[in-house]
Amino acid sequence: MGELLQVETAQEALKNQEYTQALVDLLFQLADDDFILAYRGSEWLGLAPHIEEDVAFSSMAQDMMGHAVMYYEMLEELGVGKADDLAQLREASAFRNAILVERQNGAGGYNDDPHYDWAYAIVRSYVYGLHKKVRLESLLKSSYSPLTLISRKMLTEHRYHLMHWQVWLKQLANSTPDARARLEAAIAKVWSDAGELSDLGPNAASITGFGLIEAEATLREVWLKETQAIFEAANLSWPGEPGAAKERGRAGEHTADLIQALATLSEVYRIDPAASW
Amino acid sequence: MAQVNEHVHEHQEATCWELLQEVKDPEIPVISMVEMGMIHKVKVESGVAYVEVLPTFVGCPALEIMKKNISEKLVEGEGINEVQVRFVYDPAWTSDRIALDARDKLKSFGIAPPPVGFQPGDTWEVTCPYCDSPYTTIENLFGPAACRSILYCKHCKNPFEALKPIY
Ligand SMILES: [Zn+2]
Repeated sequence: MGELLQVETAQEALKNQEYTQALVDLLFQLADDDFILAYRGSEWLGLAPHIEEDVAFSSMAQDMMGHAVMYYEMLEELGVGKADDLAQLREASAFRNAILVERQNGAGGYNDDPHYDWAYAIVRSYVYGLHKKVRLESLLKSSYSPLTLISRKMLTEHRYHLMHWQVWLKQLANSTPDARARLEAAIAKVWSDAGELSDLGPNAASITGFGLIEAEATLREVWLKETQAIFEAANLSWPGEPGAAKERGRAGEHTADLIQALATLSEVYRIDPAASW
Repeated sequence: MAQVNEHVHEHQEATCWELLQEVKDPEIPVISMVEMGMIHKVKVESGVAYVEVLPTFVGCPALEIMKKNISEKLVEGEGINEVQVRFVYDPAWTSDRIALDARDKLKSFGIAPPPVGFQPGDTWEVTCPYCDSPYTTIENLFGPAACRSILYCKHCKNPFEALKPIY
């Protein structure tokens, strides 16, 4: 199976063990990124600056959760496990999300005096969203047809998320000195993790070799170029090369924040897997 | 014999399409899923109806309800014993798939229909479903459902919803 071959179905993918492994590795990154950030988004419920924002944020978290579900279902098709189990029963070390998406929303806990950082929410969501756009556009050319189809669909939804965060970024950047200072602090914090987003993990060579997605350097270049243009348009100084956390989420290394998040989000499922909402 | 069977299937499929006209969008009860352009294919084979549905939004929470409503409706059809609903993404659902006459029904329900033939880079201009004024503002891109936004008409001073262009 070379780059020029197109794989149409899960059954076809399963004929080649190496291809399947690369596909599974990539799908976990895609699924876990959206899943964990959607969870962090859901933790803002009732805490966003105003009611309209509460509706918007929940709506976007719901879209992202929907995208994660699609990826988990694709993993299920490949025989990796039941989608719900994959989302809720894995240990932190089995997660492949970037560290950026697992960080807590701010000081305190959802049920324990939350002092969440709205500027961080905006910058994290936007920077992640800009990377996700580049990733989805690259997946339009993926060798795995189910991924190209679903990416096309996700992009139609995702562009509304980007429009939303663009409005916020511009508003805060051109608002009071306090808002601007908080925005800059949030950019610095996001930037110290953001470099990992285009990391394709330990199996990267195989993932790109099979034409599942473009090379890390390509994704990174396009993403940084587009992000830089947006920062400049908002009169924000460019933070330069993004850093990465000392843990490598793509290799299953995570912070205590993810362990906390998983414990909370899977609590009900672990007690009663048949519970319905 | 094969030809007779084919004829029966065609007839059953036509019946299914008619029945599907009665399955409404759970979130917009004046519009059927057929009018929304969400039904891609209907095929009947030996008493089993296979329906391919194009989701408007990947994470739409109404999808499971739609699946159930379709199944419950189609088993009313003569000779249909089982219904299998599948969500597919090829072709992708776009807001251009909404039937032209359904757009007036949306307006009467207080929802501005999406523009036809929307292209990337186009500006989304929405006219008020109540007074047709173009003098409107977007209050919130994200409304009560992922597919809708909340707007305000500065002319008749009514808030209203609009279906987002999906393209
Ligand atoms: Zn009006």
